[in-house]
Amino acid sequence: MLQLAVDIGWGWTLAFKTVLVLAVVPLAALVLGYTFLLKMMSHMQSRLGPMDPGGFHGWFQLVGDGIKFLQKEDVMPAEADRRVFAIAPAVVVISTFLVFVVVPTGPKLVVENLDVGVFYALAVSSLSVIGVLMAGWASANKFALLGALRAAAQLIAYELPLLLAVVGVVVQAGTMSLQGIVHAQQAGSIFGWHGIGFPFILTQFVGFLLFLVASQAELTQTPFDMPVAESELVAGYMVEYTGFRFLFFFIGEFGTAFAFAALAATLFLGGWSLPWVHGAAADLLGIPVLFAKLMLVAFLMFWVRFTYPRLREDQLQSLAWKFLIPIGLANILVTGIFKVAF
Amino acid sequence: MVAENVAFWIIAAAMAGAAIGVVRTQNVVHAALFLVVVLAGAAAQYILLAAEFVAWVQVLVYIGAIVILFLFGIMLTRAPMRGDTELDNDQRWIAAVTALFVLGVLVFLLVDAFGDRAIKVDDSLRAVGLSQHVADSIFRTYVMPFEIVSMLLLAALVGAVAIARRD
Repeated sequence: MLQLAVDIGWGWTLAFKTVLVLAVVPLAALVLGYTFLLKMMSHMQSRLGPMDPGGFHGWFQLVGDGIKFLQKEDVMPAEADRRVFAIAPAVVVISTFLVFVVVPTGPKLVVENLDVGVFYALAVSSLSVIGVLMAGWASANKFALLGALRAAAQLIAYELPLLLAVVGVVVQAGTMSLQGIVHAQQAGSIFGWHGIGFPFILTQFVGFLLFLVASQAELTQTPFDMPVAESELVAGYMVEYTGFRFLFFFIGEFGTAFAFAALAATLFLGGWSLPWVHGAAADLLGIPVLFAKLMLVAFLMFWVRFTYPRLREDQLQSLAWKFLIPIGLANILVTGIFKVAF
Repeated sequence: MVAENVAFWIIAAAMAGAAIGVVRTQNVVHAALFLVVVLAGAAAQYILLAAEFVAWVQVLVYIGAIVILFLFGIMLTRAPMRGDTELDNDQRWIAAVTALFVLGVLVFLLVDAFGDRAIKVDDSLRAVGLSQHVADSIFRTYVMPFEIVSMLLLAALVGAVAIARRD
């Protein structure tokens, strides 16, 4: 990190990186939850909600809610499988933490630049399904179990389009490392013009749309929120959770939304790179640039969330298997042909 | 090297404990969850051996898909909250003998074949574990076996659909 990178030994480096990720995830969840869930939705739907706490537009409300959650009694259903019930939210949140490890925010600013970066991110994000299934089953509640089953069916179905959407980018960049993908976009050119590099959204627009739709389903956001459908299942797999365990699910949901928006910004919009900025300046500007890009992507995701009604369960499955997966495969084929031909 | 050995034994002990949990527990769902620990331990061992790509394939395929299908199937058919005692049968001694026999054969084979070789985790080993190297060997050196396995899996998939369809 600039010239800060004094060699402090791997133990301290590891500890520093762990604390960094642990601090960033709740903050990310807070930022998305405040900006979009509390403010954007309330203004779009003309129901403002609390506008006073903290002064500006009630920004302190979510922090207050978090403190309130921590004080609540830890309620557990009498019939629940106590240990599984307790571990489930942690599994969901750990999966979110692990995704953040590979997202690069500058030429040197990345927690761990894995060779298989984007593949790793999708692999660990799939772990949250186990937490959801554990939560739904251990709650000893019919609604919770139904919600968990819906979630599992949905997350398995939409993992495929998500992976297929990413393959197009990987083929074009020639690497799975997220840092490598950013560099490939930075070094590229549009018909010989090097002005803004080559953001992959130009050729992978189909992949970008696929990624957005599939990540919307992975995040179980409206119009794909059947697992938590409040009018049918109360709150699905979360129905028995209160207090800080519920807070874990909240952090998991919005933290993962943040991570997926960051992934989409990195894969399709050039990540931390800014035209004409290189070296140490890119390290300094990387974080705000990536943040701006990912907020743009998150805006699109939440815009859809607050606008469209919920799909039916069979519509959800046929959308994934009959439309998104064939489109994803065709996209890979076309990308491959162009890659070989040019 | 010491750190790797310590990590190996910690993970191995956790895996062995969880594996015993898989067969000892009276609850099918708990067995599937113990299996998650075993498979995650295997992935961790792959990372210790610098086989990063294989490790994350293990996570995505086995934990992210296969165990979830196990859990899905168990919960869709019957999701027992309490232990099923009828999970046990009277073959436990035969099973124990078989397990010990397989363990003995495997240990003997591995020690006999690789016992005098020490694995050095250096850059050349890391290069072998990179996804580029794995892709090269699958799609260049071993492309025929890879294609044959793909066809076999496709045939199995079509067969499964044909059996499951009732019309």
